[in-house]
Amino acid sequence: MAELDTSGGGGKKGGKVRSKKSSTKVDLTAMVDLAFLLITFFMLTTTLSKPTAMDIAKPDKDEKNETRLELRASQTMTILLGKNNKVAWYMGEAGKSAPEIQNFSQIRKSILDNKQKVQAASGKSIVMVIKPTSGATYKNFVDIMDELAITGIKSAPAIDDENITDAEKAFMKQEGIL
Amino acid sequence: MARAKVARKSTSIDMTAMCDVSFLLLTYFILSATAKQPDPLAVTIPSSTYKIKVPEKDIAILTIGTGKVFFETLGQDIKINTLEKIGEQYKIEFTPEEKKRFSVIGSFGVPVQSLKQFIMMDGDQRKKSGLEQGIPSDSTNNQLADWILQSRKAVAELHSEGMRVSIKGDAAEEYPVVKKIVDILQKQKINKFSLITTAEGS
Repeated sequence: MAELDTSGGGGKKGGKVRSKKSSTKVDLTAMVDLAFLLITFFMLTTTLSKPTAMDIAKPDKDEKNETRLELRASQTMTILLGKNNKVAWYMGEAGKSAPEIQNFSQIRKSILDNKQKVQAASGKSIVMVIKPTSGATYKNFVDIMDELAITGIKSAPAIDDENITDAEKAFMKQEGIL
Repeated sequence: MARAKVARKSTSIDMTAMCDVSFLLLTYFILSATAKQPDPLAVTIPSSTYKIKVPEKDIAILTIGTGKVFFETLGQDIKINTLEKIGEQYKIEFTPEEKKRFSVIGSFGVPVQSLKQFIMMDGDQRKKSGLEQGIPSDSTNNQLADWILQSRKAVAELHSEGMRVSIKGDAAEEYPVVKKIVDILQKQKINKFSLITTAEGS
C-alpha cells in the first residue's frame, strides 16, 4: 500500500533525525458497512417494486350479432358490485332468489361455499358472473377478480357490465348500494 | 521451564479489497436500476395476489385517474413510429428533433393539436402549462382510439408482435370511467388486456 512520508520538517543537525512513521491505514469497516447497506437497499428496491399484471378477458363484443349464451341457473353465481365497497350476490336467476349483501371480507367464504354446493349437487364447476355497476370503483373490480383467483375458480368469469336487469337495479337501490 | 511466548497478532483485517468489491456492486446496482420517471398523473394502483410480472416491451399503458386518460407505449422506436403515424393521420408534420424529444417522454395526456407545443417544453413547464388534460376519448373526437390503433400498427411493423394493452387505474376511480376505456378497446377487438396491480404482501 502506498504510504505517505509524514515526517515533520526535521532538524538540520548533522545526524539523521528519525522521523516518526505513523501508519496511514484507515479503518474501512464503517465504509464497508455503509456500502453493503446501500447495496441491500438497491437490490431490494429494484426487484420488489415491479408491478404485476392481472390478465382479463372480456367476451367478444360483436355489434351485429346479439345472441347471448344461456347459462345454467343452478350453476351460476352472480355478483353485483355496488357502492361503498359492498357486493350483492345470488345464485341462479335474477329475482327468484333474494340477493345477499356482503362486504369484501365476507365474499370469499360465500364463493367457496357455493362452489362446493354446486360441485356436490351437479358435479360441475360453478360459473361466475360479475356485474360491476356504476357505483363500483375500479378497486372493487380488481378485488373481486382477485377473490376469484384466490378461491380457485378456474373457468373465466363472465364480466357483464351492460345487462344489469331492472330487478337487480331495483334491489340495489332499495339497499342503498347503487 | 521456560514459558513459550505466544505472539500477539493484530485482529484488524485489511478491508480494502472488501470495500472495493462492495462499491463495485453498489455502482452496478445504481446504474442498472432504471430511474423511475415521475408519473404526470399520480395514481394509487390497487393490490392483488397475482404474480405475473408486467412485460417490458411491446406494451401500451393506459393510466386512468380522476376521469383523465394518459397514454404510453414502451420502447423508443415504437414511440417514434407511433408519432409518425399519428402525424400522418392528423396532418401534422413533426421534425426529427421533435420525434427525438417525444421518444423519451413517458406517459402523456395532451390532445394531438397541442402535442407539438407540449413536446418542446421541459419538465417543469409541462406541469405548469395545464395542457395535460388527458387524451380526448369522446365518441366525436376519439384520439385515444387512434393512438392505440397506431401504436398497435407500429409494434406489428417493427417487432412483428401483437401489442398488449394494460390498464393502470386509480383504485378510487369509478367503474364507468374504466368501462368507457374498455369499450374503446373492445371496439378494436382487444378483448384481452391486463390490469396493473401491486403485489400484495401475503
